[in-house]
Amino acid sequence: MMNQHTEHQRIVITGVGLTAPGAANLTDFRANLLAGKSGISTIDLRYMGVHPAGLCTFAETRYRKKRENSRGTRAGCIGVYCANEALVDAGVDFSEYDRAATGVYIGLTEHGTVETENEVYNVGQYANDVNYWTHHHNPRTVLNNPAGEITMNLGITGPHYAIGAACAAGNAALIQGVQMLRLGEVDLALCGGISECVGSFGIFASFRAQGALAEHEDPTKASRPFDLDRNGIVISEGGCVFTLERLDRALARGAKIYGEITGYGMNSDARDFVLPYGPRQRQCMEMALKRADLRPADVTILNAHATGTKQGDIEECNAIRETFAGCENTWINNTKSSIGHAMGAAGVLELAGNLPSFADNMVHPTINLDNLDPECALPGLVANIPQQLPQVDAILNNSFGMLGINSVVIVERFVAN
Amino acid sequence: MTREEIKDVILEIIADIDEEADFAQLDADAPLRDQLDLDSMDFLDIVMELRKRYKMQIPEEEYPQLATLTSCVNYLEPKLKDV
Repeated sequence: MMNQHTEHQRIVITGVGLTAPGAANLTDFRANLLAGKSGISTIDLRYMGVHPAGLCTFAETRYRKKRENSRGTRAGCIGVYCANEALVDAGVDFSEYDRAATGVYIGLTEHGTVETENEVYNVGQYANDVNYWTHHHNPRTVLNNPAGEITMNLGITGPHYAIGAACAAGNAALIQGVQMLRLGEVDLALCGGISECVGSFGIFASFRAQGALAEHEDPTKASRPFDLDRNGIVISEGGCVFTLERLDRALARGAKIYGEITGYGMNSDARDFVLPYGPRQRQCMEMALKRADLRPADVTILNAHATGTKQGDIEECNAIRETFAGCENTWINNTKSSIGHAMGAAGVLELAGNLPSFADNMVHPTINLDNLDPECALPGLVANIPQQLPQVDAILNNSFGMLGINSVVIVERFVAN
Repeated sequence: MTREEIKDVILEIIADIDEEADFAQLDADAPLRDQLDLDSMDFLDIVMELRKRYKMQIPEEEYPQLATLTSCVNYLEPKLKDV
């Protein structure tokens, strides 16, 4: 259909930089997802012992010296890598864009937990004498830290800040980028999400106390949304940054276009600290569809947020079942089954993992579905092996978080007017 | 510790902060920050490392005495004489 926006208001994704458990670029990430390969291993954490976790291996000193990595945070290190990779992928060298008109919007579930735990442990080695508390603590733990480290590394002088939206934060940062570009506040947006939370024993312990931390003797089998034998979340680190541009500028410089962000929605459950709420998730998906001017049946791939908790998976499945009833050509998958839950990075990593479907027309599967929970038996659920389609036109990406925050982003195959 | 040992400790701490630090042309009587790629946070890292290694509390008003390699050694020599 004819897009409702002018080329100056249409927002496209032109670059992707990422690091995920098992992959440090989109090509490898996509290959793993299509092969049904899990990126999950284990971590041995202070006080916690060994647990399944998603860890990232990437070229940490490709864009920044070891010294800067030591001074900054793991989240900053991930962010600098992803942002640089995105710019390289997009072919942006700032000859066509002004660094002062570039915005950096980074979604975070939390930040500072890892650094604070480490410092509390550190002063514990010195009889809790706070004279041994590091002067790096505040610059490392301010919420804009990862975004700020990106701007320092790249000399970007436009705005940078963090979007705190629990596990909906990656999508929320993308939405922020779209809005800022449409408002004309910036000309180029680096948007994404980052998580370093595998370094925090407290985050593992809290999920375990809640009965929501996945355990499995084989870590690659631990993340199993929709499966009857699921027993919680696999915590992962990771990051993904997209370059977003207005279509007119992207076309003028001959940019490669991954897809166009045509719809989004965000709302709040206003009910519970941790429990999700399907009816509000449904409203959020409908809001995004309306904004994109799409019917549910127009969605080719729906990437479910499902994390592998019993109630969360069922709640989302109910919302999807109602919204997409009778949509025979809508296929549903789940990226967390392969990479675990990358928290603030989850929304964007999962969207990135599905973006190549516009080119290869494949739907990557939800893996570890050995014993499907009947309450999660959605029509169109792509289980364990990829689904080949004639064409992929629209991807709907769900991302929900604690305190009842819901976000949905719709990306469509780019079609010129 | 001897003056030479104290000097080595300072250079070792700086090398831990910046593995690319080049001491070949270092003028011991000129400010370290003018010659090496050190900023105020790095300087505080040096102070913290001395505190951790030798339980040494250096008051802020005495930081200027750590400006050059020679002044560092002069300042630390009496404090580290029994180490």
